[in-house]
Amino acid sequence: MTEQSIPVLSVQQVKKRVGKKWIIHNVSFDVHEGEIFGFLGPNGAGKTTTIRMLVDLIKPTEGRIQVCGYDVNKEPEKALRFVGAIVENPEMYNFLTGWENLEQFARMVPDVDEKRIEEVVAVVGMSKRIHDKVGTYSLGMRQRLGIAQALLVRPKLLILDEPTNGLDPLGIKELRQFIRVLAESGMAVFVSSHLLSEIQLMCDRVAIISNGKVLAVDDVNQLLLGRNQYVIWFVSDVEQAAKILKQSGLTRIVSEKDAIIDESILIGLPDSRVLTETHPEHIADLNRLLLEQDVLVNGIQRVMPTLEQLFLEMTEGGHIE
Amino acid sequence: MLALIQNETIKVLKKRRFYVVLLILLILIPVFTYAQMKVAQNSLEKFDQDWRRELTQQITDLQNSLGSDRIPEEWKKFRKIILQQLQYYLDHDVNPKEPNGVTFTRTFMDNSVNLFIPLLVMAIASDIVSSERSTGTIKMLLTRPVRRWKVLMSKWLVLMMFTGVIVFVTALLSYVISGAVFGYGGWTIPLFTGFDISGTSVNYNDVHIVPAWLYVLMQCGLIWFASIVVAALGFMISVLVRSTAASIVTLMATLIAGTILYNMASSWPTAKYLFMINLKLTDYLAGTPTPVDGMTLPFSLAVLSIWAICALFIAFSVFTKQDMMN
Repeated sequence: MTEQSIPVLSVQQVKKRVGKKWIIHNVSFDVHEGEIFGFLGPNGAGKTTTIRMLVDLIKPTEGRIQVCGYDVNKEPEKALRFVGAIVENPEMYNFLTGWENLEQFARMVPDVDEKRIEEVVAVVGMSKRIHDKVGTYSLGMRQRLGIAQALLVRPKLLILDEPTNGLDPLGIKELRQFIRVLAESGMAVFVSSHLLSEIQLMCDRVAIISNGKVLAVDDVNQLLLGRNQYVIWFVSDVEQAAKILKQSGLTRIVSEKDAIIDESILIGLPDSRVLTETHPEHIADLNRLLLEQDVLVNGIQRVMPTLEQLFLEMTEGGHIE
Repeated sequence: MLALIQNETIKVLKKRRFYVVLLILLILIPVFTYAQMKVAQNSLEKFDQDWRRELTQQITDLQNSLGSDRIPEEWKKFRKIILQQLQYYLDHDVNPKEPNGVTFTRTFMDNSVNLFIPLLVMAIASDIVSSERSTGTIKMLLTRPVRRWKVLMSKWLVLMMFTGVIVFVTALLSYVISGAVFGYGGWTIPLFTGFDISGTSVNYNDVHIVPAWLYVLMQCGLIWFASIVVAALGFMISVLVRSTAASIVTLMATLIAGTILYNMASSWPTAKYLFMINLKLTDYLAGTPTPVDGMTLPFSLAVLSIWAICALFIAFSVFTKQDMMN
């Protein structure tokens, strides 16, 4: 990563007020060349508002947004030349064909000719249906056309707002690989999502936003490293195990009712289990303790933290630098 | 800029909206033609194919009505003027209603200037910005490296162009369709224009003869101007209101209010500064009395221009600063 060079996208202390209400309190981050940057937050946290500010649909009340050194709000005609974006859903003109839509956008930028349109259509695998009306497209095809539209300008910064919405698991996987290839070619990719797992799979770095504030900007792996996780212990004697775990002082027993945990994870698992919140480093020690006191451990399952859990920890303080 | 205009033109042409407008014309003009044909047949039977007798009869009727107490003063004034004009036509041996394609077109355009054509123009104007917002395509449109005012300007230019197309097509269709019934002649019929109305009398000093083709051409020009003003207002509302339906209703209500006010305006002179009252520009050609005393063509043109410029100013300043929240 080229930390010294100008960041492709630089967001500095951006704030937005609508009426009397501040909906974005303070958002700052940089995105560099060749990097996939995740923008993680629950619905209503200000993700889309921030994205709209990145592409000059909304003007920030305070702060500065620069793309390749150009101020997006002051010189949109220069800054936006480097940007390809899908904001929310990729809405196209339904009464035009996919091809005609791309032609529309091509006319609005210099140096995009028919050959380029053909190229991007081939890249997103739409060649067969490109001359059909967009009104007849499925959601997945609209997403593809949206990406084609964003790539048309050979962007240095690609902004994708919840790109996996409406895609099937296979489509999501394809998209992930595709984004990776784009990043490897030097493009900076900005992806928003409300799903932590998606960001984990896709991104290099992540900013977490909640209530219009960026809580943390970090490497994705760093973010989860060193945090307590839910661990499910499948044991022969639930009461004995719970007692031992509690006495060890290394972990906290959590009732399944109170746990912020995806309930689908628990489906079909044996009932003789104990749920704890444990630092990953201590799992082996705890396991040894259980064995020493003749509690058989049939399995140990770590549950990856969900976004909600991460938020709870972050907003309760302690973990944010 | 040319590319933007091309984009907008393609969008208007590819949408059904424009064809609906054409379809409305194709359906309604034959209806009017048929009605006009019936009227012509009736009067022909009644007056034995002699338009002079018809005109004389009309003049006598008007004169009789002037003596009646039951007719309001404003109407009498209006009728006195009409009467003088008819007399003028009769004296100069010119049939102002000679049935042919051109005459029909002329009458039809006269009647459609303040409501019918503005409605058609509105169908396009109210949609041109608000539809981009209601379908969300505005995000695709405004995230291009193009200044917002340029995007809006291209839309405005295209709207003016289509306003012209609508006026032209209306005239053309009414000529072609009515011509099939009344014949395609009548281009060179002499018509009088330049009646100078002061109070209840008509001043003939400036009256001159224009051939019908020139008259229709002038009409189209004036209607185009009036329609552009309506288009500008529709354009502004289209920027301010997100929903196309809401913007159509807003403007339609205004226009219809205008036609209602038109008849009351004589008692409320300030109404002459409302754009709706000034839309009937073609009345100045025909010499029809104005709703408020002292209104002249330059006055109406000025009032309409001011309304249009204000509307465009608001449209542009709002659009370029607006936050596109959704």
